[in-house]
Amino acid sequence: MRYLPHMDVDRREMLGAIGVDSIDALYRDVPATALRTSPVEGLPHHMTELEVERLLGAMAAKNRAAGATPFFIGCGAYKHHVPASVDHIIQRGEFLTSYTPYQPEIAQGTLQYLFEFQSQVARLTGMEVANASMYDGSTAMTEAIFMAQRVTRRTRAIISAGVHPHYVDVARALTQFSDETLLIGTPELTDGRPGDDLDWILSELDERTSCVVVQNPNLFGHVADLSDLAAACHAKGALLVVVVTEVVSLGAIRAPGDMGADIVVGEGQSIGVGLNFGGPYLGLFACREKHVRQAPGRLCGETVDASGRRGFVLTLSTREQHIRREKATSNICTNSGLCALAFSIHLSLLGEAGLRQLASYNHARAVQVAERLAAVKGVRLVNGAFFNEFTLLLDRPSRAVVRDLGNKGVLAGVALDRLYPGVAGLENGVTLAVTETATDADIDALVRGFEELLSC
Amino acid sequence: MTVYFTKDHEWVRVEGANGTVGITDYAQSQLGDVVFVELPAVGKSVAQGDEAAVVESVKAASEVYAPVSGTVTAVNDALEAEPALVNSAAETDGWFLTLALANPAELEGLMDAAAYQAYVATLG
Amino acid sequence: MLNRQGRPTAAGDAADTATPETFTGHKGLDLNEPLIFEIGRTDRSGVDVPVPPRVTSRLGGLERLAPIELPGLSEPEAVRHYTRLSRKNYAIDMGLFPLGSCTMKHNPRLNEKMARLPGFADIHPLQPQDTVQGALELIDLVAHWLMTLTGMPAVAMSPKAGAHGELCGLMAIRAAHEARGDARKVVLCPESAHGTNPATAAFCGYKVEDIPATADGRVDLAALKSRLGPDVAAIMLTNPNTCGLFERDIIEIAEATHAAGAYFYCDGANFNAIVGKVRPGDLGIDAMHINLHKTFSTPHGGGGPGAGPVVFSEALAPFAPLPYVHKAHGRFELVEHRGEGDEHFASQTFGRMVAFHGQMGMFVRAASYMLSHGADGLMQAAEDAVLNANYILARLKDVMSPAFAGPCMHEALFDDGFLKDTGVTTLDFAKAMIDEGYHPMTMYFPLVVHGAMLIEPTETESKAALDEFIMAMRALAAAARRGEKERFTGAPHFAPVQRLDETRAARQPVLTYKAPTQMQAAQ
Repeated sequence: MRYLPHMDVDRREMLGAIGVDSIDALYRDVPATALRTSPVEGLPHHMTELEVERLLGAMAAKNRAAGATPFFIGCGAYKHHVPASVDHIIQRGEFLTSYTPYQPEIAQGTLQYLFEFQSQVARLTGMEVANASMYDGSTAMTEAIFMAQRVTRRTRAIISAGVHPHYVDVARALTQFSDETLLIGTPELTDGRPGDDLDWILSELDERTSCVVVQNPNLFGHVADLSDLAAACHAKGALLVVVVTEVVSLGAIRAPGDMGADIVVGEGQSIGVGLNFGGPYLGLFACREKHVRQAPGRLCGETVDASGRRGFVLTLSTREQHIRREKATSNICTNSGLCALAFSIHLSLLGEAGLRQLASYNHARAVQVAERLAAVKGVRLVNGAFFNEFTLLLDRPSRAVVRDLGNKGVLAGVALDRLYPGVAGLENGVTLAVTETATDADIDALVRGFEELLSC
Repeated sequence: MTVYFTKDHEWVRVEGANGTVGITDYAQSQLGDVVFVELPAVGKSVAQGDEAAVVESVKAASEVYAPVSGTVTAVNDALEAEPALVNSAAETDGWFLTLALANPAELEGLMDAAAYQAYVATLG
Repeated sequence: MLNRQGRPTAAGDAADTATPETFTGHKGLDLNEPLIFEIGRTDRSGVDVPVPPRVTSRLGGLERLAPIELPGLSEPEAVRHYTRLSRKNYAIDMGLFPLGSCTMKHNPRLNEKMARLPGFADIHPLQPQDTVQGALELIDLVAHWLMTLTGMPAVAMSPKAGAHGELCGLMAIRAAHEARGDARKVVLCPESAHGTNPATAAFCGYKVEDIPATADGRVDLAALKSRLGPDVAAIMLTNPNTCGLFERDIIEIAEATHAAGAYFYCDGANFNAIVGKVRPGDLGIDAMHINLHKTFSTPHGGGGPGAGPVVFSEALAPFAPLPYVHKAHGRFELVEHRGEGDEHFASQTFGRMVAFHGQMGMFVRAASYMLSHGADGLMQAAEDAVLNANYILARLKDVMSPAFAGPCMHEALFDDGFLKDTGVTTLDFAKAMIDEGYHPMTMYFPLVVHGAMLIEPTETESKAALDEFIMAMRALAAAARRGEKERFTGAPHFAPVQRLDETRAARQPVLTYKAPTQMQAAQ
C-alpha cells in the first residue's frame, strides 16, 4: 500500500519491542465479538492510482461543468474566475497540511494570513472586526442570530423574506431547541423590489426584537439602502444583521457597515473558492468591536514575542468550546482556514482597483443581459435595482423552462420553485446571475434559448 | 467595616447595608494574568451562590459567585480598560461590584480573614 | 580556519565567530515578511479584468464611493508574499506531527487531483439534477463506504465538521425524544471529552453532567448505571476515548443506556484507530460523526475545512437532516424538502444544517482515499496507527510517565510526573520539541490527566521516523532531569519567533490591521 511505510519485517520488530506477538493483542480491550480479523465485506480492496483516477474520472465526466457551458446560476453560489496562482499557493504543503495554529511559534504563516484575512473582511464589509471564518454563509447567519441574543438578551429575531431560503431553513433548524423565536417574512415578486418586505419588518420590530436579518443583494437580486432600517433597529435596541451571499457586490455597492449594520455575515465563496457543488465554502463573520467578546469562532490577534518582534496568536479563546465547554459562545471548532487563505490571496491579487473593476464589469454585463431578456416575449424583469443577479417572471412555470434549457446545454438560472416549492406567486419566477465568466456567445445562447422556449 | 471570605475565593467588604465584592489575592495568583472581566448589569438581583461575574485569564474563564444575596448597585468600570487591576490589587482597586444586601444573616456562614488564611493553607 | 574559498576547513570553525545581526532583519532562509497592507497599493492589481461595457447603472444610487482600502499585489509579489509566509509553518509534509486527537496523517496528492476535476470542482449546487448525476453518485459512494465500515444503516452527509456532526446527532436525538413526547433534559458526558461535546449538548438545550471515570481511564460503568434514568436523553462518549483507550465495557454501556430509554452518541473523532477492525454498529451506538479529515485524510488546511458525516441507527434515521441523496430506478435524486422523499430516512427530519449539500470537495478526497486503500488497506492503516502508538508508549515508558497502562489505541498519553521537581512544565517541554524539529504533541488535554501530553504518530510514520522521534524525546527527558532548565523555559530558540505574549493579545485585542495614522487617530 503506497501510503503505508511499514514492511512486515518492521511490524514484527515493533511488536517484539512492545512485547506482544500479534497486532490483535493490542486490540485486546475490544470485546471479542466485535473485533474483526478480516477486512469488512462488501467493499473493494486497494486500487492503484491509475485505477482510482479512471473510476473517479468517469464519475466526474457525468457532470456538466459550469465552465463548459453557458452558465447563469447564482442564488448563493457564483461562478467567478479564480487566478491560477491562488490554487497553486494553497496547495503548498506548509499551508495544506498544517493544523489549527495552536503552537504559534511554528504557525506564523497561518496566523499572519488569518490576520490579513480578518482585516480584509472587515474593510470589505465596512465593519471593525472579523473572525477567522466559519463553515459557510448559512451557519454564519445562524451564529449571528445567537450572538444578537447574547448582546441584547432578547430572543425574537426577524428574518426578511429576501434571505436565501436555505439559510432561513438552517436558522429554523438550529434554533428549534433554543428559546429563540424567528419571525420570517413571506417572499413576493413585488414589481421593482422583489423580496423587499421592509414595511412588514418595521411593523414587527419592537422592544422584544433581538435582531433584524436582511440579505443584500437579496435572493432575488434586489439591492436596497438599509440605512433607515438600521436606524429603526437601533431605536428599538435591536441589532441589524446583514447577509451578503455575493461578496463581489461589495466592490460596487455600499458596504453594510456604512449603512449601519451591527453584524455582517456572508458567503465568501465568490472570491477564491470556486463552486465545488456547495462545499467547502467560506463563512464570513464581521461585527462591531464592542461586541467582539460575544462573537463566535476563532480570532487571530497581533502581539509581540519575547524579543519584542511582531507576531500573531489565536486570542480571546475563552469564548471557545475547548475552554468554555458548555458555556462557549458556539460549539464550533473547525473553521474554513484553507478557503480563507484562497479568499485572501484572490482579494490581495485583485486589490481595491481590481475588485471595483470586477464588480463594475459584473454589473454592466448583468444589465446588458437583463435588458435583452426583458425584451423577450413572455418575460418580465422584476427588479429595479440589482447588482449581477436579477429575477424574471415568465408567462409559465419556470421549472420546466429551466430544465428544458438545461437539456439544450444552457444552465439558465434557478427556478424559484426549486427553492420555494409550493409557494404561491413564485412558480413562474427564475433568478439568473451574470458574472465575468459569461461570454457573448453564452449570452446569445441564453437569450435564444428563452426566445425559442417561450415562443411556443 | 468587616471583610468576609468564601471557599470559592470571593471576598465581600460590608459597610452598613452594602457589600463590595471581589476575588482574593490567592485567587488571582492561581488564575494568572487576568485579561477580561465580565460584569453584571446594575440592578440585577443575585442569590447567594449565583454566578455574578466571569473573570478570564488567557486560558481559562472562571465564574465569580455572589457571596451573599443582593441587588447589584455598581460595577467597577475601571476593570474594562485595565483588567490587570485584578492581579495588582485584587482586594482593593480590583473590586468587581457592590451589592445592596438582601439578607445580611448570610454573612454568618462566611469566613473571616484568619479562617480564610487557614483554609488557603490547606490547599497547598 | 577558512580555506581560500572562504569555507571552513574543520567542523566548529564557523561557530568560532559570533553570529552578526543582519542589516535586513532576515536570517538566511528565515525571511521577515510584512503584511499585505504594508506592501500592497490600492491602485495596483494582480488580476487583469476587462473594461466594463458602458451601461446605465442600475445600482439604485447605492454606489460605493468611499475608499475600501484593500491593498493589491501583482502576481509575483503575491506569490512571494505567501511563499514566504508558508515557510513559517510546520506541516505534516515536513515531519512527524504527533498532535494527539487531531490525526495528522499524510494527505495523498491523488486526492487533491481528483477534487480538482472540473466535473467535481466546477459544478453548482443548484444545477439541474440531470447535469450532476456523477456528483450525486459520488456522495452516494462515500455514504455507502461509511455505512459499511461502521455497520450502521443510515448516514447524513451534510454536516461540515466534527462539531457540526455532533450537533446533527444531538438534534436528531432531541427530535426523536420529542416525537414521542419525552422531554428529557440531561446529557451525560465524561470530563475527558472534547470541549465540543458539552458545548454541543448545551447548544441543543441540554444540561450537561459528568460521567465518572475509573482509575484506569475508562467510564465507571456502575456509576453510569446508577445515574441513568428517565431524565437522561443521551450519553456522549468518545471511543476509543480521549485517553487513547478502548472502552472495554462499551457494549454494556450501550445496553444500559438503551434500557434507560436514552441514546448513545459516539464521538467518532478517533475512528481512525478502529476503522476496518471494529464496526461501531456492532457496539450498540445510535449516532456517530466521522471526521473525514482524520480517518479519511482530507487535509487540515491550517484549521479547516473539515467534514463530519453522521451515521445513524434505525431508531434515529427518520430524524436525520435534509438534503440527502436517494437512488431510484438507476437515477440519483437529491431530496431537498420535507415530504419529497418516500423513505424511512429523514421522514421526520429535524431540518437543514447547511446551505447546500455538504462538503463535496472533502467527499471526493475521502472517496479517493477509501478507494486507494480499499477495505484491506484501511484495516492495515488502523493497525499500523495502533502499532506506532504502542511502539512509542513502549519505548518511552521508562523515561516519561504513561498516564495509564497499555496497550493504547492510536495515541499514547503521558502525564507530567516525569518532570516533577525539574522546574520544566509540559508547555516548556513542548516548546523544546519545536527546537528539535517537531510539532509538539497535544498538551493539557484531556483535562483529567495532570500536564497531559497526548502523542498520536498515525500510520504515516516509518519505523526510522519513529526511532528518531523517540531518541529526541528520550534526550529531552534526560536533559530535563539533568536540570538543563534554560533549554526548556527559553524555548523555542530556533523558531521564526520566540514565545508570544498572549496576555497582551487578549487584554488589548488587535484583530485587524490599522495603518500607523489610524493608530494615532485612535489614541
